[in-house]
Amino acid sequence: MTTTNEWLDLCSINDLVANSGVCALLKEEQVALFYLPNEQKVFAVGQYDPFGNANVMSRGIIGSKQGQLFVASPLYKQHFLLEDGSCLEDAAISLPVWKTQIINERVMINTA
Amino acid sequence: MNKQNLVVVGNGMVGHQFLQSLADSGQMEQFNVTVFCEEPRLAYDRVYLSSYFSGATADDLAMGHIEEYQSWGLNVLIGEAVISIDRDTQRVHTNKGTTLFYDKLVLATGSFPFVPPVPGHDREHCLVYRTIEDLEAIKASASGAKTGVVVGGGLLGLEAAKAIKDLGLETHVVEFAPRLMAVQLDEGGGDLLRRKIEDLGVQVHTGKNTQQIVDGDDAFHRMEFADGEVLETDLILFSAGIRPRDNLARECGLEVGERGGIVINNNCQTSDEKIYSIGECALWNGRIYGLVAPGYTMAKVVVEQLIGGEKQFLGADMSTKLKLMGIDVASIGDAHGHTKGALNYTYNDQVNGIYKKIVVSETGNELLGAILVGEANDYGTLLQYALNGIKLPANPETLIVPNFGGDDAETGLGVSALPDTAHICSCHDVTKGAIFCSIEAGAQTVCDVKADTKAASGCGGCNQLLTDLVNYELEQRGVEVCTDICEHFAYTREDLYNIIRIEEIKTFESLLSAHGQGHGCEICKPLVGSLLASCWNEYILDTPHVGLQDTNDTFMANMQKDGTYSVVPRVPGGEITPDQLIAIGQVGKKYNLYTKVTGGQRIDLFGARLEQLPTIWKELIDAGMETGHAYGKSLRTVKSCVGSTWCRYGVDDSAGLAIELENRYKGLRAPHKIKFGVSGCTRECAEAQSKDVGIIATEKGWNLYLCGNGGMKPRHGDLFVTDLDKETLIKYIDRFLMFYIKTGKRLQRTSVWMENLEGGLDYLRKVIIDDHLALNETLESQMAHVIDAYECEWKRTLNDEDALKRFRTFVNSEKTDNNIVFIQERGQIRPANEVEKSVAEPIKMMV
Ligand code: SRM
Ligand SMILES: Cc1cc2nc3c(=O)[nH]c(=O)nc-3n(C[C@H](O)[C@H](O)[C@H](O)COP(=O)(O)OP(=O)(O)OC[C@H]3O[C@@H](n4cnc5c(N)ncnc54)[C@H](O)[C@@H]3O)c2cc1C
Ligand code: SF4
Ligand code: FES
Repeated sequence: MTTTNEWLDLCSINDLVANSGVCALLKEEQVALFYLPNEQKVFAVGQYDPFGNANVMSRGIIGSKQGQLFVASPLYKQHFLLEDGSCLEDAAISLPVWKTQIINERVMINTA
Repeated sequence: MNKQNLVVVGNGMVGHQFLQSLADSGQMEQFNVTVFCEEPRLAYDRVYLSSYFSGATADDLAMGHIEEYQSWGLNVLIGEAVISIDRDTQRVHTNKGTTLFYDKLVLATGSFPFVPPVPGHDREHCLVYRTIEDLEAIKASASGAKTGVVVGGGLLGLEAAKAIKDLGLETHVVEFAPRLMAVQLDEGGGDLLRRKIEDLGVQVHTGKNTQQIVDGDDAFHRMEFADGEVLETDLILFSAGIRPRDNLARECGLEVGERGGIVINNNCQTSDEKIYSIGECALWNGRIYGLVAPGYTMAKVVVEQLIGGEKQFLGADMSTKLKLMGIDVASIGDAHGHTKGALNYTYNDQVNGIYKKIVVSETGNELLGAILVGEANDYGTLLQYALNGIKLPANPETLIVPNFGGDDAETGLGVSALPDTAHICSCHDVTKGAIFCSIEAGAQTVCDVKADTKAASGCGGCNQLLTDLVNYELEQRGVEVCTDICEHFAYTREDLYNIIRIEEIKTFESLLSAHGQGHGCEICKPLVGSLLASCWNEYILDTPHVGLQDTNDTFMANMQKDGTYSVVPRVPGGEITPDQLIAIGQVGKKYNLYTKVTGGQRIDLFGARLEQLPTIWKELIDAGMETGHAYGKSLRTVKSCVGSTWCRYGVDDSAGLAIELENRYKGLRAPHKIKFGVSGCTRECAEAQSKDVGIIATEKGWNLYLCGNGGMKPRHGDLFVTDLDKETLIKYIDRFLMFYIKTGKRLQRTSVWMENLEGGLDYLRKVIIDDHLALNETLESQMAHVIDAYECEWKRTLNDEDALKRFRTFVNSEKTDNNIVFIQERGQIRPANEVEKSVAEPIKMMV
């Protein structure tokens, strides 16, 4: 159950780059946002690359593996699923993920 | 326990294998081993000797390593030769005065090249081809020569001919027999080989008996033949067969063959049971084996004999497969059909230059031998039929006749049909069973299996079969093996290039919807991005292209370990004005960047944060600079020396040409990065021969070298053509680059591309100089298009509001990334490590 006050307005849809990523600040936390216009979807995962120890995930390439969407780290190329943040190379590691929705051209993120 | 004194004479390929096998057996400590190595270095790979000319060093070829030998407890005497054996007292004497007692003695002295005793054979510039020193002598002689003759058209002779051809000499092969490779090939095969070799510009003279060699009129030597003809040449290379080095054995009374060779039995013992002989000096059953694999088997037999095993030497297969000047040639078993009642089938395709013959038994059930010229893909299959006595199909000719469609016409022997005992690699004695064990134990790729079993690391002849077998087995186990670039496109890079060109595809989306599936990935997206740029050269940050680029291309800077970027302005040819230096210095200072001179003659500014990139570039561009593409798989730098303008030795303006070339090709995207070098004279201060494109000034023009590489696996560029005028030079480079862009594999530098190019350097000459593919006009106009479409990506970006938005660290905040922390070191910044980050006061950063 989510209530509306857990949804925060993060940025405009015009701040996003189609089929690629940008980074937004959610309070003190860095969030990588990936926009897939064909799917009409915005994915939000952690910006911190746990292998490279740097805030770079939004600068990785988006792709799919057997239908599952992922982002590849721009540093050492590990794959993380956009859906749940899990790492395909190392089951013990995952990125945090957030739910998002687009309302009136604004990107809303769920902080629950 | 008393250790036995084991003395090994000779540290060639087989001598080394003997030591390796002894070490592998774990019984080394039973022996005091002394090794006499006459050559000035430990064993090296003679089979790949020719690669010494294409850049391999003695170190690359080395097989024996002194540290390893010492760790095995060997006593190794380099540069010391045994000169006599006293069998009564069991002692050897050496040229350095050493005398040593042996319990067991192993003679692995190899062979020497036979030089026919024609008058004049010992003149200067008459050479042989067996050791690294021989190759150095050839190189030295060739530097002052125009023509070279190889005496002997056998396997080694043709290899030697290729080597001197690559050194830039006009090359001839003189053969006594009526055809080339008479031992391995029949008339049909020999004829085709001859035609192909002549097509590559090597002149072949068969049926020629050299009578004497005298002073020439136009060249250093004149060779006079029995039929009255003469041939003038500067260099002569004898490759007329080998002779076993059996003199030590002969002089101490061991039994030797009538025509040489130390006689051995099945235990590889000589007529004195304390003395063994292995490799090319040994004569077994009346035969000398001039290949390494039988020698390796002998080495293993002797190790077994010494430690109490029973293994015996029972002969070896002499089948061979090789690539001569890019031409496939193979010969298997009884290729000449000497067996009683033997029948043969031949397939002779003169149009495509393919000759195949198989020899079958009287009953038609068994394969006895085969000859393949021009295409030898079936070698592995045929060899397995012959070696394992596998029953032939009802129509054996289907094995060599091409299969034009027809669904169940599958005739190749499925690797599954081979018995587990089938020898896949004869050099290293690896069976199909052993390969399965390796996969069972976890090997996942052909490389893994090679590392594990050593298969295919000898002569390389079994490579194809090994690959087929491993891939088959992996497939059986559900592991996917395929050549598609990724799951989204069932094509190779070249396929995609052609599709994009022919269908004039301009975006990833349209390529994916017409020819692919899924969403793409980090493999195919940058690849397609690069292909689109190579073809159409549109702005890489245009909306349809932006998501395709690797982070470096996206932000037109190189990402560093901490997520900051480095900035490299172009410095064409390495020439830079004081004002530009000052401008770079000012930017570095203002933004507190770490500055370093790169290995590519320019200046790198490190530690720029994403949001600083546009302002940094604005300042650089205002100072007259442009992007250096240090981030792109594209032209990087054209390294130059100062050249004739300043240098007292320079013969042409190398810096001027370097700048012109760098400006011409800047921004050109390719399968991998491309580097050039231009030197003003043969001193080669610009190290041009280690670049993809290297140019060296001569008195008469420019020499062009192609496909050199520094980096992980250095390769000297091949001398492509000499003394060009600038216009022709540029034309050739245009064609070369576009041809590489068209046919290269993903992330394949030109060096590796060349190593894999069917037909090699000669083929490339045919394409680029002779326009063999009638492609040159197209290649030139494609290049002209890319050059015309060039613009500095950073300049364009600074004028593009949309693109600039991308350079914000946070789309919803002006804050900076607090995980970027620098430490001062040697007066500049560097990224803090994780420990330092937790304790350090961050250094103030420019916002
Ligand atoms: C900056 C620089 C080192 C320096 O401080 O001097 C450098 C830095 C990198 N080199 Fe290099 N190479 C640099 C000159 C060279 C040279 C020297 C030269 O160009 O004369 C070589 C050997 C020559 C050659 O390429 O044949 C060189 C051979 C490599 C290789 C090996 C390539 C190969 O074919 O074996 C790699 C790895 C690769 O590309 O796959 C590599 C890769 C890299 C990467 C991309 C590694 C990485 O993934 O981070 C580095 C980019 C960092 C960056 O942000 O710029 N770098 N690198 C040099 C930039 C030159 C420039 O002005 O653009
Ligand atoms: C250019 C070239 C290409 C070849 N290509 C192939 C190929 O594709 N496939 C293939 O199977 N084979 C090939 N061969 C043949 C292969 O190299 C030989 O079969 C192999 O080297 C034989 O090994 P070996 O140890 O018997 O002799 P060698 O390698 O010749 O070693 C003998 C060593 O003993 C030393 N020696 C001799 N006398 C003494 C002494 N009295 N005291 C101390 N040391 C002594 C010699 O200096 C030499 O170093 C090629 C050979 C050449 C030259
Ligand atoms: S290569 Fe060396 S010697 Fe020749 S011009 Fe350049 S700097 Fe001078
Ligand atoms: S047969 Fe020579 S490497 Fe395998």
